[in-house]
Order: sequence, then structure tokens, then C-alpha cells
Amino acid sequence: MSLLRQYFLPRLLQWALVIFCGITAVFFITRLAPKDPVLEVINQLQTWGGRTMNPDTLEQTINTLRELYGLKGSLLDQYFLLWRRVFTFDFGPSLFQFPTPVLKLVRTYLPWTAALFLTTTFLQWTLGNILGGMAGYFSQRPWAKTLDFLLATVRPLPHYLLGLLFLVLFGYVWRVFPVGRSLVFGRQTTFDLRFLVEVFRYSFLPALTVVLLGGAAWFQQMKLLVQNVKKEEFAEYARFAGIREPHIALQYVIPNALLPQITQLALMVGQVFGGMLIVEIVFSYPGMGTLLYNAIAKGDYNLIMAITTLSIVFISTVVLTIDLLYPLFDPRVRYR
Amino acid sequence: MLGELFADRKFTASLSVLLFLVALVILSFFAPYDPTRWLQVPRNQPPSWTYILGTNSKGQDVFWEATFAVRNSLAIALIAGVVSRVIAVLIGLVAGYRGGTTDRILMSVSDGMLVIPLFLVLVLLASLLRGRMNLASLGLLLALFGWPWDARTIRSQILSLREREFTYTAILSGMRTLRLVIREYFPFVTPLVLSTLIGNMAWAISLEVTLAILGLTNLDIPTLGTSLHWAMSYQALLLGYWWWIFTPVALTILLVSGLYWFSLSLSEYLDPRTRVQRTGARPQ
Repeated sequence: MSLLRQYFLPRLLQWALVIFCGITAVFFITRLAPKDPVLEVINQLQTWGGRTMNPDTLEQTINTLRELYGLKGSLLDQYFLLWRRVFTFDFGPSLFQFPTPVLKLVRTYLPWTAALFLTTTFLQWTLGNILGGMAGYFSQRPWAKTLDFLLATVRPLPHYLLGLLFLVLFGYVWRVFPVGRSLVFGRQTTFDLRFLVEVFRYSFLPALTVVLLGGAAWFQQMKLLVQNVKKEEFAEYARFAGIREPHIALQYVIPNALLPQITQLALMVGQVFGGMLIVEIVFSYPGMGTLLYNAIAKGDYNLIMAITTLSIVFISTVVLTIDLLYPLFDPRVRYR
Repeated sequence: MLGELFADRKFTASLSVLLFLVALVILSFFAPYDPTRWLQVPRNQPPSWTYILGTNSKGQDVFWEATFAVRNSLAIALIAGVVSRVIAVLIGLVAGYRGGTTDRILMSVSDGMLVIPLFLVLVLLASLLRGRMNLASLGLLLALFGWPWDARTIRSQILSLREREFTYTAILSGMRTLRLVIREYFPFVTPLVLSTLIGNMAWAISLEVTLAILGLTNLDIPTLGTSLHWAMSYQALLLGYWWWIFTPVALTILLVSGLYWFSLSLSEYLDPRTRVQRTGARPQ
């Protein structure tokens, strides 16, 4: 009971608070901005159409657009409308593919993003921590130093740039991976072998970029943590007891250094997600990033709002899940 | 003391890369062309003696354009870095020193900012402000989002300092809070601020590149990001104008990696704990 009250309840509260503040911030950012999205569209329509609309039609179009965008009524009305949209996932029609509802677009793109995100986050965290832990324990070995050097060189690169380098190297120069958008993504999904191979071929480079950049960060943090933990008494004792060094590293030291990395993961997922969206754009991977890119290019207000608010909810929920699973790994929280 | 710093190959290598880039920035003040004007030179020329790095499809000299790009990108990064350091130090100091409810509120704000996919909020903001931003306002916008992580680091440093004996001595001998913080705590916080400043600048440069690629910054101002944006949107990659795309890519990698390695070696040097380790670990 006390675990529930002292641990889970504050986490749930923080989750609700983050979503509340995030969406409220998004609301006020869009209202305070000097640009009116409705007039923006009208301008575009008039430029494309090449002639001015007559005043009545103009008035009507403006009113319709205000309604579609949820910009009608007082500020308070609009604020509640935004919340209703978030709860019902109904963000009206998209301008970029009119009149397809935004929800339908998001529903086709979200699974691809979620799959890539969960896979790459899992891979970068496990690989980075295990390799970083080993490199921290055996920090004087040549392989550890080489790996450290390579990853520290990769780590500060922007996601877009590393993606572009991979795209040019493995897509154009040495054509091992396909470039551009696969037809396989639009098709009705049938889970046969050919489909899976195709999906793998198209998502390999984006995944590699994300895992490499994220993994490098986990690697370096874990290396520092392990370098401290391996000097603690229990590790020394294990060494004196004659336990084999790799065994001490994997079974004794790394699990103990892993706990802060779980907390860290909860704090970093938002940034990992942001980086992944950019990588999606580089490779035209059919996820939320690419959708966002198109939405920005077309000035699709509803779609941008939907992607931003739903991502805030998605990421906060991932963070909450990590927080709620944490007591499974840390006995100190369980038996407090 | 400084000799030890220069003995570190990471430091000398990154310092020389950064000095090279600063030289480019200085050169930009003597540029023969106006970077915002098009059709100054013949278009799409490969590198030659007249145009060292060739010319682009906009009719600009790639080399001189690049000197402006480095200068502007560095200016944005410097504004973002310095302003976000001020915010981070203020919040970290107040949260760490006051503790209690103030601490809890400030830290849940910064945790909240870390958790939210800030990139998306930034994209939303930039897409609404598109084209209206100049160097300073883009820098300030990035600064608004660059502080939470470092505020946490500074806070935990202050928390540990507050429990040390010299704090009690100072308080008991009647030193005022502000004076205590400035005189006694700043020497501990300054190294942290320096190394995170450089790390934050690298972060700001990457983010500027990303926003520019999405077309969300003012594309008339030459920066590393906008140079890449123009090269990509003119299909320089497919048309084989490699010099146009290679220049901003290489310069971004040099700048970001240079700053990162610089901050890495600097923080290793400034952190007394690793310094003891290093001298202890050196058998020669």
C-alpha cells in the first residue's frame, strides 16, 4: 500500500501534470504567434488561384476554416475544444490530403513510428549499456579505447547529417540498401516473409542511424558509471574471491550501474523521439516525422496540432510506463 | 598546469579545428561578395583556382558563402549557449540552495521540459514564426529550451556544496546569502558552466541545422543549416554538385565535433576528481 501511495501516485500525478502543461503550452504558443493560420491558408489559396475571391465567398471560407481549425469562439471555448480533440483523437480534416480526417492519416503512420521507436530505443539502450559497461570495466584494453574514440566522434553529429551520410554511402555510392519510399508500406499488411524482408531493408538505415547516435550517448554514460562502481568494495571482494573478471563485470558491476540508466531513459525518451522523427524525414520512412514534414510544407495546421499533442501524450505515457516498471528492477523502492 | 592541458591530444586537435573555423569567421569580414545576393558569379562551377570550392546554382561562391555560414551559426550557438547558461545557473542555484517546495516546483518544471518532445514544440513555434526570425531571436528561442538538463546538474552540485562545512562557517560568521553564493559557490560552478556551455553550443548548431532543413528558419540568412537546405532543395546531390553539399556537411561535422571534443577534454581537465585519477593512473 505504501508503495502505491509513495511511489505510484506521485508518478501518475506527474504524468497528468506533464500532459496538462504540455498541451496548455502548445495551445498558448499557437495563440500568441503573430501568424493567423486561417489567413495563411487564404493567402495561399489566392496565390494559387491567381485571383481574388469575392467578399462573400471569402467570409464563408474564413468561417469554415475557423471552425475546422477549432479557432471559433472565445479563448476558453477554444481551449476546451483542444482538450476535447485530444481526448477523442478527432482533429478534423487534414488540409494536406483534404478531406481525409487527420485521425486516419495518423492511424496509418503511427504504427510505423511506434515500431521503429520501440525497437531502436530498446536496441540503443541495451547495446549502449552492455558495451559501455564492458568498456568501462576493461577501460585500459585497446578495443575499449578504440570503441570509445569512435563513438565519441559519432555522438555529437546531428541526426540529419549522419542519416544523410548513410543515405549517400549505402544508398547511392554502394547500393546495398534501397532509397526512397517503398510501396510495401502503403499496402494492406500481410505478414509473409517477403513483406518482412522488405520492411527490414527499408528500415535498416534509419534504425542504424538512431541506434548509433543514441547508443553512443548510453555507452559514454555507462562507461563513466562503471568506472566508479568497479572500485567499490563488493567488486574488489569478488575479485579477491577469484571470480572471473568478465563474470564480475556482467553479473556484479553492470547490474548495479544500470539503475541510474533506467531513470535516465525516462528523462531522455522525449529527445530520442525527436531525433528519430528527423531521421524518418531523411529516409522518407513512412512515420510521424515524414507526416510532420509534409504538414509543415503544406501549412496543415490541424495535422501539426494533432502530431504535436498526440506525441506529448505518447511520450509521457512511455515515461510513465518506465517509471512504473522501475520497482521491478530496484528492490530498494519495493521494500521501502 | 596548462601544460597538462596541451599534452592532451584531444584538446590540441579540437583547439586547432576550432581555430581554423575562427579563421574562416575572420575571413568573412573581408568577403568580396554580399552573401544575401544571388548571381554574383557563374553558376554550378566545380572547384577551380578562381573559385576554390566552386559555385552553386544560386550563383554564389561556395567558399565565401561558407565563411558567412560558419560565422552566423556560431553567433546563434553563442547566444543560445550564453542565455541558456544564465537560466540554468539561476534555476540551479535557487533550487539547490532554497530546497523544499521551491526546489520541487523548479525541478518538476525542468523535468517536464525534458520529458516533452521539445523538438516538436520547437517545430510548432518555428513554423508559426517562420521567416520572421533573425539570428538573435533564433538563438533566444533555442536558449529557451536548452537549460533544463544543465540546471539539474548545477542544482545537484549546489546541493552537495550546501552540506559542506565551509557553508556553515560562512553562514555562522554572518555572510549574506548572495555573497556566499558568489564568493564561495561560483568557483565550483564555473567549470561546469564552461564545459556545458560548449556542449550546449554544439547542441544549438545541430538544432539550427535541423530546423533549417525543415525550412523553418529565415532562409535568406546564410548559416550551415540554410546552406544545406538550399543545396538539398536544388537537388545538388542528384545533379552531382558535390562541392555544394560537401562544404556545409564537412564544416558542420568539424564545428560540432570540434566543440564536443573541446568540452570533453576541458571538463576532464577542470574536474578535480578525474584529474587525480589521471595523474594517479599514469605510471611513467
